Amino acid sequence: MCAIAREDITQEQEIEGQSAFDYAAVSREVRRAAPRYRNPVGKFSVHRDSKCIACGKCVEVCEHDVHLRPQGYRMPLRPLDYRCIGPDCTESGPNCVEACPQGALSVRANPAYETLGDCRWPPDLLASTWHMAETGMQPSAFLESETGASGGGFDKLRFCFPDSPPSDLRPEDISTELLLNRRKNDPREKIKIDVPWYGGGMSFGSTNLRALISKARVAKAWNTFSCTGEGGYPDRFVPYADHMITQVATGLFGVREETISRARIVEFKYAQGAKPGLGGHLLGDKNTPDVAAMREAVVGTSLFSPFPFHSVYSIEDHKKHLDWIAHVNPRALLSAKVSTPNDVEMVAVGVYCAGAHIVHMDGSYGGTGAAPDVAKKNIAMPIEYAINGVHNFLMDEGVRDEITVIASGGIRTPWDVAKAIALGADGVVIGTAELVALDCIRCGRCESGRGCARGIATTDSELLEMLTIEWSTQRLVNLYSAWREILVGILYRLGLDSVAALRGRTDLLTHLDYEK
Amino acid sequence: MPEKYHIEIKRVPPRYRPVGKLGIVDWREDCSSCHNCVKRSCVYGLFRDEADSLHDETGYLDYIYQCKGCLNCVQNCTKGILTRVVNPEYKRLGDSYYTPDIILSTWYQAETGGIPVSGAGYGGPFSGPGFNSMWTDMSEIVRPTRDGIHGREYINTSVDIGRKPGHVAFNQGEVEIFTSPLIENPMPLIFDILPERYQRGPVFAAVAQAAAKMGIFAVVRAEDLPPLPKHYPSVPGGIAVGKDEAAEHEIARNYLTPFISDPRTNIEAICPDAAMVMVADQPEIGSIIDALKHGKPERIVAIRLNAAPNATERTLELSRLGAEVIHLVFNSHGREAGAAKPRHMRDVLRDVHGALVKAGTRDEITLIASGGIALPEHMAKAVICGADLIAVDLPLVVALECRLCGECGRGEPCPVRLENTELEGASQRIVNLIGAWRNQLLELLGAMGIREARRLRGETGRSMFFEDLEEATFGRIFGKRKEEYGA
Repeated sequence: MCAIAREDITQEQEIEGQSAFDYAAVSREVRRAAPRYRNPVGKFSVHRDSKCIACGKCVEVCEHDVHLRPQGYRMPLRPLDYRCIGPDCTESGPNCVEACPQGALSVRANPAYETLGDCRWPPDLLASTWHMAETGMQPSAFLESETGASGGGFDKLRFCFPDSPPSDLRPEDISTELLLNRRKNDPREKIKIDVPWYGGGMSFGSTNLRALISKARVAKAWNTFSCTGEGGYPDRFVPYADHMITQVATGLFGVREETISRARIVEFKYAQGAKPGLGGHLLGDKNTPDVAAMREAVVGTSLFSPFPFHSVYSIEDHKKHLDWIAHVNPRALLSAKVSTPNDVEMVAVGVYCAGAHIVHMDGSYGGTGAAPDVAKKNIAMPIEYAINGVHNFLMDEGVRDEITVIASGGIRTPWDVAKAIALGADGVVIGTAELVALDCIRCGRCESGRGCARGIATTDSELLEMLTIEWSTQRLVNLYSAWREILVGILYRLGLDSVAALRGRTDLLTHLDYEK
Repeated sequence: MPEKYHIEIKRVPPRYRPVGKLGIVDWREDCSSCHNCVKRSCVYGLFRDEADSLHDETGYLDYIYQCKGCLNCVQNCTKGILTRVVNPEYKRLGDSYYTPDIILSTWYQAETGGIPVSGAGYGGPFSGPGFNSMWTDMSEIVRPTRDGIHGREYINTSVDIGRKPGHVAFNQGEVEIFTSPLIENPMPLIFDILPERYQRGPVFAAVAQAAAKMGIFAVVRAEDLPPLPKHYPSVPGGIAVGKDEAAEHEIARNYLTPFISDPRTNIEAICPDAAMVMVADQPEIGSIIDALKHGKPERIVAIRLNAAPNATERTLELSRLGAEVIHLVFNSHGREAGAAKPRHMRDVLRDVHGALVKAGTRDEITLIASGGIALPEHMAKAVICGADLIAVDLPLVVALECRLCGECGRGEPCPVRLENTELEGASQRIVNLIGAWRNQLLELLGAMGIREARRLRGETGRSMFFEDLEEATFGRIFGKRKEEYGA
């Protein structure tokens, strides 16, 4: 482990009466984290009209806590209809509508629900992510929680499960660990994370600091990583330094010797999936005094991370970059985040040859921050195509077991995680799913005016208050827990004892558009 | 340092409130008039001026549907009486090709000149027909073809229109010094003829003025051009595009390309100095071109050819006849005509381009493609597939707030009174749109590491096609596809 001492924090912080380090200790325990809005949007709308006589029959029959009457209340609460799974909720006995003696209840499809989401994140996928973030449990079958409706890629891939898993395999014995340093004869730490994913980089300036800290906290709780993004390394991240990747992007905002020194992994961001080849752009409105101080820039000005690294035009130049980091911090693992161009296989091999431990490919359909629509849709290939090509190319080159391949850009569910790994990745990076867990509805207005109206992608002092660190952390802890449970379930059904054993097992996949 | 090409953007608000996508409706009879009404805290101020602004509204529903869709009010209302709905009017915008999203995005660009930006990744389908089944490339670390270190401002989007001889010609032992006429267009885009029903009020003049402002060519029907004044060229005139008559004359002479559908049309009486004229493909095309070039060797004659299954053969044939420019016209959805399974421009252009390359005459001819160019990426993708440049039509009227509702075609009144458009604002909206398109082209070229739009032509190596990626990835793993690729 990289040695971080308390003295490394420039200013000892007190958070809610605890030192920053004590506060940073987060449990993996799942606890219900209710939605932060009064009226969560669910698939169904349950209406109780004035005929209700408060008999409590609905409270009695509902198995999903839609109808609640707290102790001492005469009337039931307004139905928590986002929990309703529809009129077919009970296998035996009447549902609430049928049980109501007054006929005061009605259940119908919620029209607002249909206005949510898009092809990649249909309403069911959003709702199932919210469900997992709230409860830490897999949603029941009333939500399509496995695939989106994009009509291709992961949404067309399915697993071929054997009729029954081996009798000697127990779910609790299945390992979801991921080794990040695969280089033989490398003195650096053989870092292992407990789940085959880590959190993607979102920069201080683009995203609410509370969300970022929550991402760091869940990374610590689940012994995985989060990433600083390109916006610098706020002091509040220091207690989580063992689980925080320092990102070096072209803008070099906030990149300092101490932020490199304290990192166990340093990531060079050459490109990102949402805007491959375009660089980053922080709008002036989001560049508040705090952000400007962190980025050593002028308040209110737009900040650009130009594309590309103008010091890198070859793999040799890339090696020079990595050598620079290794000189500053010889302990850190080195990662290169690249996009998915035509020659992504060559890029991956080049990244390996330059000495990196991780090649992180960010596919074109992902991303959390604002990006030109023309770039998101058109530039670079979807990650589904890149993974298998890179995996095979590295195999052919005989170096596959010397480098960790990480995929991102459109990983929405644990099913996508498993499919990406089966296609040949070692693990994945997630971003949007984490934000959805924090009640993001993907309205796409991250960039407008004061930033995200839901308090997630914003630096506005009023909107920041919409999130609390405690709530956000718990939502992410719950999400991670549910994801791991689902992933273990998939591995169990496939008869595999570890996630590592799933890598490259395309024989376990089938594609709905193909005959095989 | 030479002056860089620049398109001047100026915000032009719409005359009518744009049709919005999302709206908030509330059941006011259930409202408890509480003191923490969510309408007061809308981040976007949607409800702030509700009572006041409604007085000025021409349609109440237009106002409702300006919601940005954050759901805060719906989810925070004490009584839960608000809900979000999709505007039915929005769903009716455009058609299956010109989707409501495309129309809204075009309006935004025409108003602001800005590049549409949004967060949270891409939300559309994985792939789709036509240009939706190809992606453009980007250069990562290894960039053997990159043009060195440069910024976006150094990318040249100009293209040439005309014939480029493939070899040096000799005349009686001397090198032929006359070269074929060649004109430079500042981006791989010109304006195409607008369907007649849209040419109302100042629409024609707005398009012409916008073309002149940006220095790009606009194809117009010869019959739409008024006859020359008696004292031409001493008294310029003709196109009623503004008060500056000299500028009007410049437009007509420099930027309008008359299309002659009737070979008997006397172009000399209409637009004698046009740098380029366009004629429909026909059996006697050779003699028609000769007649048009008689005494005017500097004039470029483009041949307008409807894209049909024989487009490749006909293009090769015309190329052999010495054609300078061929304008392939597809339908409004980018498809060829007269085929049982009409191919998309994507495939036809690749076919035509490939055949010309094989014949060794590709550089001698300029290919223009039009029809179904609805988005800026279509421009880049059509060029990648083999066109030198594209011609755009319907997005120009969409920029003028048209909803492509088709009412005018049915003889019904236009909901946005296209005929009452104000000329200056209308031309600036077109300029804004094309400015935004050019900036997006620069983004794509910059990502690809290409410094010249000319070099993008036929650069399929700088793109990825759905069927190729599927074959290389899933085809290799899963074998045969159940259905053929349907581009």
